[in-house]
Amino acid sequence: MKKNMGWKELDFGDSVNAGTAAEFHTGDWRSDRPVFHKENCINCLFCWVNCPDSAIILDENNKVAGIDYRYCKGCGICDTECPTKKEKRALTMEPERK
Amino acid sequence: MPTIAKTGNEAMAEAMRQIDPDVVAAYPITPATEVVMIFSQFVADGLVGTEFVAVESEHSAMSACVGAASAGCRVMTGTSSQGLQLMSEILPIASALRQPIVLCEVNRALSGPINIHCDHSDTMAVRDFGWIQLFSENAQEAYDNILQLVRITENEKVRLPGMATTDGFIISHCMEKIESLDDAEVKKYIGDFKVIKSTLDLDKPITLGSLDLQDYYFEHKMPIVEAMKEAKQVILEVGKDFGQRYGREYGLIEEYKLADAEIAMVALGSTCGTARAVIDELREKGVKAGLLKVRAFRPFPAEEIVKALAKVKAAAVLDRSDMFSNQGGQLCCEIKSAMYDLKQKPLLTNYVYGLGGREISLEDIRKIFAEQQGTASSGKVKQAVQHFGVRE
Amino acid sequence: MPTLKDLATRKDPLTGGHRACAGCGAPIIVRQVLMASKEPVVVTSATGCLEVVTTIFPYTAWNVNFLHNAFENSAATCSGIEAAYKSLKRKGKIKAEKINFVAFGGDGGTYDIGFQSLSGAMERGHDMLYVCYNNEAYMNTGIQRSSATPKGASTTTAPAGKVQPGKVQFSKNLTEIMVAHDLPYVAQSAVGFWRDLTTKAEKAFNTQGPKFINVLQPCRLGWAYDPSKTCEIGRLAADTCIWPLYEVENGKYKLTYKPKEKKPVTEFLKLQGRFRHLTKPGNEAIIEAIQKEVDRRWQNLLVRCGEAPKAS
Repeated sequence: MKKNMGWKELDFGDSVNAGTAAEFHTGDWRSDRPVFHKENCINCLFCWVNCPDSAIILDENNKVAGIDYRYCKGCGICDTECPTKKEKRALTMEPERK
Repeated sequence: MPTIAKTGNEAMAEAMRQIDPDVVAAYPITPATEVVMIFSQFVADGLVGTEFVAVESEHSAMSACVGAASAGCRVMTGTSSQGLQLMSEILPIASALRQPIVLCEVNRALSGPINIHCDHSDTMAVRDFGWIQLFSENAQEAYDNILQLVRITENEKVRLPGMATTDGFIISHCMEKIESLDDAEVKKYIGDFKVIKSTLDLDKPITLGSLDLQDYYFEHKMPIVEAMKEAKQVILEVGKDFGQRYGREYGLIEEYKLADAEIAMVALGSTCGTARAVIDELREKGVKAGLLKVRAFRPFPAEEIVKALAKVKAAAVLDRSDMFSNQGGQLCCEIKSAMYDLKQKPLLTNYVYGLGGREISLEDIRKIFAEQQGTASSGKVKQAVQHFGVRE
Repeated sequence: MPTLKDLATRKDPLTGGHRACAGCGAPIIVRQVLMASKEPVVVTSATGCLEVVTTIFPYTAWNVNFLHNAFENSAATCSGIEAAYKSLKRKGKIKAEKINFVAFGGDGGTYDIGFQSLSGAMERGHDMLYVCYNNEAYMNTGIQRSSATPKGASTTTAPAGKVQPGKVQFSKNLTEIMVAHDLPYVAQSAVGFWRDLTTKAEKAFNTQGPKFINVLQPCRLGWAYDPSKTCEIGRLAADTCIWPLYEVENGKYKLTYKPKEKKPVTEFLKLQGRFRHLTKPGNEAIIEAIQKEVDRRWQNLLVRCGEAPKAS
């Protein structure tokens, strides 16, 4: 999206087309990052349904495919909600390397 | 063209019936209650296809109007005084969203103390919210203004909300003969509503009412500035076209015996009728008196007023409201501001009058004109701002 | 009852890239409620966290039609769109497909400043769903008390101080007030119960007329807890019976979640910074009072739901 648009370039009223926030990346907010381990995933989708940032990527079969790090803020809800056992975690939190 | 007897409220409600808006959301308030009541009966009798939302407050009335207008349809409401104030939070949102909502406003004094009669303090209080404001001298004008407002507000260069006002009780409740258009003619005159953006367009979803910070708020105010500029021309065009079609032409201002006038009165609304009668008397006596009626207060016809008053020696500017700024009323302040660059200015006296419905009589107008004669001959304004007709 | 497989086939109503705090419960509610709709939705929101974080111009996180008007009028605004829809449909100006109209508001915009607008819209019978994302304070302006704030919670306008232990009053029971509007559907749910919430939302969408769902939304900032625990804390609110999950369909109460074991309120309070001062000696009476009120409300609800006999 064009930055610093002039008033003549703006849409009617204060209208803006849907979904433009997809261009705004909040991934750099993270201090911890969830790491997805596909081999352990049971596809319960609890992480996906509880993610506040729509940052759980589903594949074409609606199975968890990974984390969208463009948006993930590292809250860790996915990790908390993931029901997989300790020794075979599908999600783990790791410190973000900056 | 049928001639019928109608009060100002009936005339406005009749215009609403003929416009047949898609949505009306309104709440009763004296002296505008009848507009809502009469329209409700039209709904109950199936005379309109309108979805009528009988809200629980004027705040919700304007809120529902904004919601409905966002869906891309013709929306109307009506109110007065405290009701307009309760709406006032939402009024600038309607203009920012460029929604051509048409509001039937009946001028009534603001509380406190509570009062139900006419002055212009309510309409003046919302003058800076990006709404077009047209004042009506009588029921006929109220009817014509409402019809024209549909065309004005929906014009793509304008797309701003607008209110046409009548004076509470003086016009709203007085029976007058008015000429109305046939229903079919009104349909033809207003045409179909053109949708620009709609929250019901599922193929092109939009967000309206975003949080605008330092980087865009200013840019979002500019289209309103521009639309208000365009509105002047559009009001003129629509008023001229209305005259060609139906024989009653309208402008931003109206001059009455002003061309050669030495003294003049400038006023809004019903008082103009009283002024005309006195001017006729004075003219018979050889006094060159004239009237400048301001029809559009927003956009403000600054150039037109300056031009119309250019040759006048002294003018009385009548304000039916006070700004409480020690500068008198809004109309006079705007006119003084418009005349700033003139080398030769008419002598202006601001009469703040008629607050809370205090009557302004023929005798009062005679007195004001007599003072103007004095000012014109002495070349001096006795008192720049006078509160006229108040007991000490 | 929608399954997660069903929900996954629906378009996400929100994109990522909004500016909610990490771990915010509000977008969770929005996603779960709106994905429960099989039909297209049109959304309004009150001024508040949700509106602010999702629509910082020119970035909007909404994939669906969305209108924000002001703080206290989400319901009235939504009712206006619904009226326009009815009118335009009747006049044949738009396609006749079903659209679900949803108004969101925080507890400030719902319990307090927007209460009249909500009551009016519900009374008028508009076919719309109002969802309160109830985080129990004015979070957007910096954690001020609302009528939804629970007793004892410290907020910036009812702070814990030397002589006052946070908010003095108990929360207003808005869900019951909405039940008293005799709506066809009223429910209470919480973040942490996706199945409960999506089932209720789906039920609401399948019900004609005005609907209201009050959803408890843990707020990591205002409640002061670790952001990963948002869902857990929501579940604890239900397990302590501080926030029971139930629904009222045409006047008939039903408990939709019965804790296996009713936990003491302290289990809920101790995880949150807003209640930290209550653990200090001398504040035992407040905790006792909270427990007593929670027990009283829970008992009343059990009776209404037919889960306990009426006290004689």
